[in-house]
Formats: sequence, structure tokens, C-alpha cells
Amino acid sequence: MSALTAVDVRVVLDGGAVPVDGVSLRVETGGWLGVIGPNGAGKSTLLKALAGLLPYQGTVTLDPAPDGRTRRDLARVLAYVAQQPILPPDVSVHEYALLGRTPYLGYLGNPGRGDRVIADGVLARLELESLARRRLGTLSGGERQRVALARALAQQPRVLLLDEPTSALDLGHQQQVLELVDRLRLDDGLTVVSTLHDLTAAAQYAERLVLLDRGRVAAAGTPGEVLSVSRIAEVYRALVSVTTDASGRPVLNPVRPRDDRGPCRRDVDSA
Amino acid sequence: MSRAARALVVAAVFLIAAALLGALVGAADLSPWGIVATLLDRIPFVHLNTGLSQLDQNILLEIRLPRVVLALLVGGLLAVAGAGYQGVFRNPLVDSGMLGSSAGAGLAATIAIVFLGGLGGLNGAVVPVAAFLGSLAGVAVSLFASGGRRETATLLLSGVAVGMFLTAAQTYLLQRESQDLQQVYSWMLGSMAAASWTQVTEALPYAAVSILILLTYSRRLDVLALGDDEARSLGLNAGRTRLIVIAAASLAAATAVAVSGLIGFVGIVVPHVARRLGGPSYALVLPLSLLIGGGFLGLADTVARTVLSPAELPIGVVTAVVGAPVFVGILRRTQAVRA
Repeated sequence: MSALTAVDVRVVLDGGAVPVDGVSLRVETGGWLGVIGPNGAGKSTLLKALAGLLPYQGTVTLDPAPDGRTRRDLARVLAYVAQQPILPPDVSVHEYALLGRTPYLGYLGNPGRGDRVIADGVLARLELESLARRRLGTLSGGERQRVALARALAQQPRVLLLDEPTSALDLGHQQQVLELVDRLRLDDGLTVVSTLHDLTAAAQYAERLVLLDRGRVAAAGTPGEVLSVSRIAEVYRALVSVTTDASGRPVLNPVRPRDDRGPCRRDVDSA
Repeated sequence: MSRAARALVVAAVFLIAAALLGALVGAADLSPWGIVATLLDRIPFVHLNTGLSQLDQNILLEIRLPRVVLALLVGGLLAVAGAGYQGVFRNPLVDSGMLGSSAGAGLAATIAIVFLGGLGGLNGAVVPVAAFLGSLAGVAVSLFASGGRRETATLLLSGVAVGMFLTAAQTYLLQRESQDLQQVYSWMLGSMAAASWTQVTEALPYAAVSILILLTYSRRLDVLALGDDEARSLGLNAGRTRLIVIAAASLAAATAVAVSGLIGFVGIVVPHVARRLGGPSYALVLPLSLLIGGGFLGLADTVARTVLSPAELPIGVVTAVVGAPVFVGILRRTQAVRA
């Protein structure tokens, strides 16, 4: 069953630019779809359109559908984490996670006991209990990313949209965050759509990939189907070698172009 | 007691203390016990011998007390409006003046003083009405100038541009009609000298509506602090929330400016103190600003009318003396956090 289906999504910006042009995709319930592509390919714009944050042409459907047509109804089933979420420096981790309960609160927006229990539960789940009273401004990069995830999970969504969740993290923290998202997906049946810059990480974690090039789908399928040397050369203008790991997933290695000019050749000669 | 409850109690005590001090201190030498007894005597079923003559009681009840109450009301309005604007624009240095409100009020009041007989003309009723309408018109023109866009930077820059234009028009008018210069500047620096119960009752309905809306929307300002995209992904209509809060804060600021002239810095200093006292959540910053703002302006007015007694300092001078250093302090702290 598809949790999220997009058909022929087109985004036209105010100035007339079309960063996303006729993109169709489908994500199975509990699946992880990675959206990849070079800078300016339209990855973040597509994710915002899927989140309902940008006007678009075409259709995006969720299954099961939200209870109503309002933004609040959508926020109860679909959560979005921006590439660099704004974390107000003086707000505590617990208060921030509690803001994830916003779609469920009444007119005055006062969280109840049940909301606090859910926010506490999410913090415990992400091993953030010890940081609950810490101010957001004092957190490290990895902690900030986990806290942003906690806020999204407090929405109790069925679909999680993550825009470059590891862009500001070192290798270790990248791995921790991606493992965490994968665990949530497998344990809770959460459906994940994420943009990812690191192609090997995308291949390792996403079950399917959509490769965007100038707003259009250049390829879609399993990581093995999408990530070929020729396609990377064509879309990214990059030279890579592709090997497979023990699980059969592709691993990409950049290869430095070498020719008769420049320092590469001299290095080889002197060696 | 939780931090929130403690902060609210401290702010309420500050407000009451400032109000009492305002009632106790003044040009007329009234005995403190006489003042307290007169106030208690107004409570139903309480009858006390006040020891004050009828004239002294009139001075207290008809001159000093309305002035104290008006100062509390105006201070609360300016502070809660400033806090609302800061929530909307996600910037602790924004004040009600930045969306054309003060400049609109200033130009309209100048027109009223120059062309319609000024502070003494038409029983002095024209200037407050003109300032009120001018303040709201300044905000409306700023919103219109932003071309219907609701992003923070566009709105603020539109407000700055409109404010500069309105101030230029006011300056030109003053240059032409320089005989009214003193009256206009006296209004611009703010004063509570003309306070009366009529002013209080006229301001009260607008104050009640604007305060109620701002307090109702306080939690939404916390969500708005996460940025428009995340706020909308949490189900909030960010653009509509921003417009409603701007409208309510502008109404509060316009009400204040109508009865007291332009009083600066209250809208910046007080929310800052409220944040230090109760934390960053607007659910607490707004009610605390209301209480502390009232107390702050109550104290400022007491200083304004006693420090050079029998002459008066413009209350805007008192708030500026306190406010300017605090403003610089916040600016430095904000820069330190960003660095």
C-alpha cells in the first residue's frame, strides 16, 4: 500500500522559475524514499510541496487520508523537518518537543497532561531525557538534529519528511541520525521521505531513490538501479566508481579525473 | 511554586507597588494614611474616617488616581504591543514604532495641532483621535506597501520606508508652521498631565479587545518562532496569525499613543525584563509584559511629575533614560549570541 503518492507535481515560483516539473513518485507504507540530485535539482522544493508548504500543480495523496482538509489535519499525519530548523536558543528541549503537539491543541494552545506524556515519551525514545531541561542554544549539532526529530515525532505522524537531515553533521553523527530514523521506521511503521546529499548514505538507508535533474525525474528505482557510473556522470558531471557492499547495496567512491595536464600527472611521474 | 507562577506574582506585586507609590507621591501634600483610607473607603461596605478634606480627596480621586491608572494602562498596552511585534518578527528589538505606527500618529497629531487648533482646540479632543487614526493608518499603509506579502523582512522594511516618508512629511509641516513646534514636541515626548477618568474609560474598550486577542494568540507566537515553514507544518496559518497579532498590537499601540503621546522604549525594555523573569515562552512573556509595563510606566510617571516639581519632565525622557542603555545591552547580547 502506498502511504504517499505524488502525480505530476509542478512548482512554479513567483518569478516564473519551475524548480520542480512533472515529478511523480510513490512511497510504500513503512518505506524510505531518498530524493537525490545535484545542487539546484529541486529536492528541497519538492519536499516542501509534498509537505503542503508551497503551492503546486498536480496531486499529492496520503493513504489513509487525513481526517479533514485543514493544515492541522495534515500536520497530524505528516511531519516536516527543515534542512536547518530554527531552534530558539532560550527554549528548553522539553518545551521545544512539546511544540510538536500543536496540531492537537485547543484554541488557546495550552498543552495538557497527555501532551506532556507524549513529548516525554518521544524524548525518552530518542535518548534525550537527560537534555530535557537544557536550552536549545547549548546543544551540539548532533543533539540539535535529534531534538528536531523529537519535535516532529511528537506530532505522531505516519509520514516523516526530512530535508537533508545530516547536512551539518560529521560522519559519526550522520550515521547515528540515519540509524535512528531507520529504527523508528522499522519499529513504528513510519514512512520516510528524505533528501540526501551523500549518495552512499542514500543507497545504504533508502529502499528506493528518486534522482532529480533540473526539476525532473532522471531515474527512479532501487539504489542499485539508480546509481550507475554513467548516470552519475551525466547528472552530477562527476566521476565515481560504484562497488557493492555485503548486502548488495551500492557504495560510491569519487575518482579524481586524471589527464596529461596539471599536478596529477607530475605526482604520478615523481612517484 | 513554579517559575511561571513566581514570575506572575513578582510582576503583580511590582504593579501594585508602583500604583500605590503613584497614589502616595505628588505635588499636594496628602497624608499617606489619608490616601490609603480614602482608597479603602471606596470599597463597598467599608467606611473609614479618611482625615482628608473634600479638596484633598478630589485631588486624589480626580487628578492623581486617573493619572496613575492611565499610566498603568498605557504602560501595559505599550509593553504587550511590543512583545506581540517581537513575537511576530522574531526579533527582541522590534517595537510598535517600526511598522509606521508612531510616524503615522506623529504626522496625524501634527496636522491636528497645526490645522485644527491643537492641544487646546476643540477641548483637546482632536489630537488623541487624530493620533489613534494616524497610528492605525501608518500600519495599514505599511502593510499595503508590502504588496500583500507577509514575510518578516518585507513587512519590516515596508514599515521603515513608510515611517521615513511620514516623518519627512511631519518635519516639512513643522518647518512651515514653526510656531507650533513646541506643542508638537511636547506631545511627541509623551505626557500624562491631561489624564482623566474620561480618557481611561474611552481607552478601556480598545485596550480590552487588543489585550484579549494578544493573550489568546500568545502560544501561537511560540510556534511562529520556529520559522514560517515549520510553523505551517505544525498546522499554523502563519500569515493569518501574523496579521491578527499585528492588528491587535497596532490597536494597543494606537490606544496608548492617543491618550499619552509618543512614549519610547517601553515596548522593548519591558518584554526583555519579562523574558529574564519568566523565560522565552510568549504564553508568559505577554501577561508579564502587561503587568511589568504597567508598573514601569506608573513609576516613570511618578518620577516625571516629582523630580522637577512643580514642573514636569516629559515621561518619554524618563523612559528613554532607562530604555536606551537597556536597548544597547540587548543589542550587544544578541550580537554576542550570534557570534
